[in-house]
Amino acid sequence: MENLQNNYSRRSFLKISSLSGGGMMIGFSWLANLVPGKVLAETGAAEDWVKITGFIEIRPDNQIKLFCPNPEFGTNVMTSLPMMIAEELEVDWEKVIVQQADYDTPRFKSQFTGGSMAMAMTWTPLRTAGATARMMLLQAAANEWNVPVSELKASKGMVVHSSGTKTATYGQLASAASRLPQPEKVTLKKAEEFSLIGTPQKNKVGKNIVTGDSLFTIDYKHEGMLIAMVIHPPAFGMTLRSFDATEALKMPGIKAVFDIEVYKNGYQRAAFDTRAFNKLVAVVGNSTWEVMNARKKVVAQWELTPEYKETVMGWGGIKEELVPAGLESSDDHILKMKEMQKKPAKVLRKDGDPEAAFKSAKKIIERTYSAPFLSHNPMEPISCFAHITDEKAFFAAPIQIPELMKQNIIANLGIPADKIEMTLTRMGGGFGRRAYGHYIIEAGHISKKMKAPVKLIYTREDDMTNGVYRPMYMVTYKAALDEKNNVTALHIKGGGIPEGSVHENRFPAGVFENYLAEGWETPSNITVGAFRAPGSNFIASAEQSFLDELAEIAGKDPIDYRIELLKKAKANPVGKNNEYDADRYIGVLELVKEKSQWSKTNSKIARRGVAAYFCHNSYAAHVVDVTVKNGQPVVERVVSAMDCGLVVNPEGAKNMVEGAVIDGIGNALFGGMRFDKGVPVQKNLNQYRIIRHREAPKKIEVHFVKNTINPTGLGEPPFPPVFAALANALYKATGKRFYNQPFINDIKG
Amino acid sequence: MAAMNLKINGKKYEVTVDPNTPLLWVLRDHLNLIGTKFGCGVGACGACTVHLNGQATRSCLLPVSAIGAMEITTIEGIVPEDGKLHPVQKAWLELDVAQCGYCQTGQIMSAISLLKSKPAPTDEEIETAMTGNLCRCGTYTRIKAAIHQAAKSATK
Repeated sequence: MENLQNNYSRRSFLKISSLSGGGMMIGFSWLANLVPGKVLAETGAAEDWVKITGFIEIRPDNQIKLFCPNPEFGTNVMTSLPMMIAEELEVDWEKVIVQQADYDTPRFKSQFTGGSMAMAMTWTPLRTAGATARMMLLQAAANEWNVPVSELKASKGMVVHSSGTKTATYGQLASAASRLPQPEKVTLKKAEEFSLIGTPQKNKVGKNIVTGDSLFTIDYKHEGMLIAMVIHPPAFGMTLRSFDATEALKMPGIKAVFDIEVYKNGYQRAAFDTRAFNKLVAVVGNSTWEVMNARKKVVAQWELTPEYKETVMGWGGIKEELVPAGLESSDDHILKMKEMQKKPAKVLRKDGDPEAAFKSAKKIIERTYSAPFLSHNPMEPISCFAHITDEKAFFAAPIQIPELMKQNIIANLGIPADKIEMTLTRMGGGFGRRAYGHYIIEAGHISKKMKAPVKLIYTREDDMTNGVYRPMYMVTYKAALDEKNNVTALHIKGGGIPEGSVHENRFPAGVFENYLAEGWETPSNITVGAFRAPGSNFIASAEQSFLDELAEIAGKDPIDYRIELLKKAKANPVGKNNEYDADRYIGVLELVKEKSQWSKTNSKIARRGVAAYFCHNSYAAHVVDVTVKNGQPVVERVVSAMDCGLVVNPEGAKNMVEGAVIDGIGNALFGGMRFDKGVPVQKNLNQYRIIRHREAPKKIEVHFVKNTINPTGLGEPPFPPVFAALANALYKATGKRFYNQPFINDIKG
Repeated sequence: MAAMNLKINGKKYEVTVDPNTPLLWVLRDHLNLIGTKFGCGVGACGACTVHLNGQATRSCLLPVSAIGAMEITTIEGIVPEDGKLHPVQKAWLELDVAQCGYCQTGQIMSAISLLKSKPAPTDEEIETAMTGNLCRCGTYTRIKAAIHQAAKSATK
């Protein structure tokens, strides 16, 4: 048993109780009947639901509804998060209803899907909510039957007296329970007591998905709803000068064409307020096709954007951000990065005396790695529904971090906080793209202007050419070797456009006596943002490819070599702030070695590579087997080993890792966004290459290190090491090292 | 604008739209059959897959006027009754295929079409038939396994 002070629930639940007067809570949303993707059929009136804690509602007929606080974009929070509540609540998982919570962060505390944090952040709060409600239900029964709680047991949505003579459903007890004071202390189960957590459970929303139910924002419907699209400049570095909508307005079904300014002049952006273009032309009409046609008739004049500065409230506080003028091209970006690599950079960490070690080196190994901008390309193009009236502002918003939109909505749409309502529609993919909710503001402006409910839809081209890309990166790894090919110093220097990816305190920092990490950044007007394991998704590929070369030079097995370095770092860590647990790193390497039958390495058919990485609190290692047939890489098998602590839902967890493997192989081989004088070269999915069925691995096996450490996430951690495992396997298959992504360019050549 | 008669999921519909309107938008905007998804508008991703006389077809590029008397089937019409599931949908659930889920109706439509012509497809036949359907979450290996499972369940 794990005892803890019920601080968490006291604050949120008591506040809610005080709203109700009598303590009995009514689950009611003014637009509940319009919310898409109502999960599983409900019968009966909304008023029948009794709320016990912010996360649980129970009806007299013993239907039990659990809320998923965090937005869903495919990481399966709709299943794994309510599982945590259900475990402690003692209910029949098959029968419970799960529902996506609306935006109400005071009630749900954390509504954040990103940074692979959902599991870790909700692990204690959601189990506490379940345990709190269970204790209140037990107490209600004890009061009713005039027996001590110790004689009662909660199981499968029922309270049973030890005599076996008295039973009551949660539904029968809910109303009384909701009026009780909540317990000061709750007792949570130990891992060995779990009966639901740790068992493979299928997606609770699976049936809605396979039948094509209305789940996504793009499916949202409302009476009188108009369709809107926006036109943005054709190139980064340009802005709207003027437009002529005469012809567009003559087109059938068109209601209005006007320009909008997304953010007010002087608005201090926050970290996730990034947007590419501030002045847009909105085209509004009755139907999507009509708007698509009319927008082609808008004649817009564009002009160059002069250099400007913006203050941004980022993670590290307020900083001034320079947005340079000019029309940038990919070839110039490469030259710029090479130039930056030659200039002095910011020292991020220094251990020992690397300069001296390099001077006295017997041999120096130096390798430079690069990767292009990437577009997120979630399958559902960007969209948002907005209905702004005098009474309130309602959004059906696909957004990873709703709470962070609040200030933006207040500042740029002039809506007070208490009038903002958001339903958190399921997102058709995110990968970081839907952390940047400028489209919510755009939809809001258009609805305000039209005084009507509006659904904003981006075409695929709008989405792909509108920025918030993964930055472009370059890094050089340089090792000083002694006569026995032992590393005496390591120097990492790298940066990116417009931000770098050197993580100075990650492995192999802490291993080598002499160590130098340096970073630089160079501004761009091409907008970037978080992309599945930001920074890590590049630096892991460079680091783990470089270690592979060092192992080869040292004549050592690549897995053994890594383990040797980790053991060294554990026994005798160099420097401070090393951000990894060597044992857990070794754990995934040993597991992947065993499960891949690594010792039978390099079979006749496939060549094999390994990589491991730690980021976002979980450890990952992959072994990739690859062949090259007719100049095309064929990934025969991937074996993955993960340590994300206790695995809440092994089914969903495996799916996440498989997806990350496929996504990693796809981006490593094919990913890349290029620019020609500010114009995105790739505009749609027939030009931007995304991995397809026949390019996916033939087989993926996923294994988890078994432990009971508090769970951490899987959305990001398995992704970064895939790139290097593939590169190292391709080396075995082709005899060539792969330094520049996308790799396909070098396989063909 | 023109009035057009369409046969969708065994029912007759009359719509008055621009004859060039792609079937996708007629389904989604005019008939509220939103299970067919918009992904790219250029026939490159397969999210909009429907059946035309039983054949998997991209609806985002298909002008509604070109359909004539051909029978359209959407994800909403693959089973005769509401609430029932097609064997392919069942396999999808059994193997817990979806992540975000957005592309999956298109994947299922392509899979059903494949299984009609090849009731027991090989891995290679699945890869070829399904390669026009993109999944950004990377559920391809599960999709392949689900198609095999649906094929097996049909022969039982």
